[in-house]
Amino acid sequence: MSRIITIDPITRIEGHSKITIHLDDEGKVSDARFHVTQFRGFEKFCEGRPFYEMPSLMARTCGICPVSHLVAGAKACDEILAVKVPETAIMLRRIMNLSQIIQSHALSFFYLSSPDIVLGMDSPVADRNLMGIVKANPELAKNGILLRKFGQKIIELLGGKRIHPSWVIAGGVSAPLTPEQRQTMLDSIPEALKAIQWTLDTVKPVFENFREEMRTFGNFPSLFMGLVNENNELEHYSGKLRIVDSVGNIIADKLDPQKYYEYIEERVEPWTFMKFPYYKPLGFPEGTYRVGPLARMNIIDRCGTPLADQEWAEFRDLERGAVLSSFHYHFARLIEILYGIEKIQMLLDDEKILSTHCRAFAEPNNFEGVGVSEAPRGTLMHHYKINEQGLVTWANMIIATGHNNHAMNKGILQAAKHFIKHDKMTDGMTNRVEAVIRCYDPCLSCSTHAVGKMPMRIQLVNSTGDIIDELIKN
Amino acid sequence: MVTPGKKVKTFTIDGKDVSGTEDQTVIEVCRENNIEIPTLCHLEGLSEVGACRLCLIEIKGSNKLLPACVTHVREGLEVITASERLKKYRVKLLELFFSERNHICSVCVSNGICELQNLAQKLGMTHVHYPYLFPKVDVDASHERFVLDNNRCILCTRCVRVCDEIEGAHTWDIMGRGIESRTITDLNKPWGESDSCTSCGKCVAVCPTGALVEKYKNAVDKSFKYKKDKLKFLPYLTTMREVKNEQS
Repeated sequence: MSRIITIDPITRIEGHSKITIHLDDEGKVSDARFHVTQFRGFEKFCEGRPFYEMPSLMARTCGICPVSHLVAGAKACDEILAVKVPETAIMLRRIMNLSQIIQSHALSFFYLSSPDIVLGMDSPVADRNLMGIVKANPELAKNGILLRKFGQKIIELLGGKRIHPSWVIAGGVSAPLTPEQRQTMLDSIPEALKAIQWTLDTVKPVFENFREEMRTFGNFPSLFMGLVNENNELEHYSGKLRIVDSVGNIIADKLDPQKYYEYIEERVEPWTFMKFPYYKPLGFPEGTYRVGPLARMNIIDRCGTPLADQEWAEFRDLERGAVLSSFHYHFARLIEILYGIEKIQMLLDDEKILSTHCRAFAEPNNFEGVGVSEAPRGTLMHHYKINEQGLVTWANMIIATGHNNHAMNKGILQAAKHFIKHDKMTDGMTNRVEAVIRCYDPCLSCSTHAVGKMPMRIQLVNSTGDIIDELIKN
Repeated sequence: MVTPGKKVKTFTIDGKDVSGTEDQTVIEVCRENNIEIPTLCHLEGLSEVGACRLCLIEIKGSNKLLPACVTHVREGLEVITASERLKKYRVKLLELFFSERNHICSVCVSNGICELQNLAQKLGMTHVHYPYLFPKVDVDASHERFVLDNNRCILCTRCVRVCDEIEGAHTWDIMGRGIESRTITDLNKPWGESDSCTSCGKCVAVCPTGALVEKYKNAVDKSFKYKKDKLKFLPYLTTMREVKNEQS
């Protein structure tokens, strides 16, 4: 008799979802699905609003990564205005975007995933959280909080507030950087650099204890996609899209992000509110790809900052070809924090950053605009169409977590097959399945364009729909 | 301000002895004596309509609540401006404003410089206890410089009055009744096609919310001057009103 195990909802992630694990007659895992159970409809209710409201309206999609949406939304509006955004505005937007990536990565790694890694997948559930980390390794917890604060503080200095600043606007940014703000930011960099270097040195040896997880946490061939700059280095703000395959070969390069719809298609499944994007020329599922820190580390020729490049060299040694195991998202995330801090320093050291010319003014000159940038979780696309009054008639957002949808489903199937072998579930088994999802740091609020609580329910259901085992976590 | 030829009346506001001339309203005397009364439709320099009802006061001896902006002073009045009952009613009134149309402050271009939002914070409105109605209302962005978003309109009619009484254009009016009421230009033509509008922007300056705003701009813009400089604009309104009165 076939059965289904349901993990609902999944904990320590951002948003609402559940997992169902399907067992065959012999009790072996036959399929696993990641269901996103929330629906938001941003694309619909923005219709009829003035286009220049879009960056801050769309940023409300998410309280974790509002800046990413602000940036992508503002870039789409720049296209509508058809203006050349002043260089200083681009540099300032880059700083804010990198700060967002640093704070979000710090949240993902230190607050959500480090309990699994530092305390162990099978450690008691009551301790497997940030407070457990504070007890077990206070230095790590301190550094996590410090790095998150570093990113949030810069966002606040630039945008006036940490969450939902509205400083990034169509045509540039609303206010220039002051010398005092620059100095405050520069003063916080040495401490942040020390914190991330200490973390990398401490955590890298611990990763070695997770060989089994490395082999089974979404370790499968797939494509990887992300932005690279003109020197094929790590890029989060502009650049062109590059896609590499599982052995590391570039299969598509210098793709114009503005024309994403020519090579990316979205597939809809009835059991989840999240769509499945794929690379059109290869079709579904062969054309599915991963995005985010792991993908970015796989597609680039180098990071472009000295310390991050050293870490990247170590990352490249993990596997031949592209690094396939989704477990390495964690390492990639830490490298990106390091890169972000170095890059912010480079941008702040440039005198141009203080220019007061940081906005271009225009009326709409295009009826359509696409904005693509790299959010913490991967490539983020905003696409708006307007009428002659400047009111939005149509909008489409492809969110980073959405790109990873197929990969997350494959990842949990692989982990479930390896770790769940009986009718009876243990906490460690289900935690590993959830931990696969945490590798991707999915932001489901974004990807379904919800709010809610995070307790978890896991059900084991047989083929007739009877619950034969249930585990409830709060 | 004492008007020559008018009789002076003495009365009390919140126990304080005050005086005003017979042509003055209670809200004017309150303002002169630094007694705060919340309001959204009253604006010095414009005529009074008593539309928002936030300036409700109690008069000793009467069970009725009266709007201070259209209640003239009388000898021996005992006015109460801040009883618990009044505070409760004012918060309820604000909640009704927020429940009727879409006033989602977080995504409104007037966020931070909105009189409705400021008042809600000041009077301690914490929740909206009524169901949100949010009728689907279109935005009129046909004007080359300004936008009308009826979703944010509270029907205070400041725009109607400033356009008629100061600019002399009378472009604005209110159409329909109840929840169907809409601020319109000319005979419900798109604003951009209005024959009477002089594009002076006074309506935008006096609008307390994000209903009338400058195009392509929001509150974070330094150049969003009209609303931010409202206080500088008020003496101008008063002067123009006086000039007009003298002429007529």
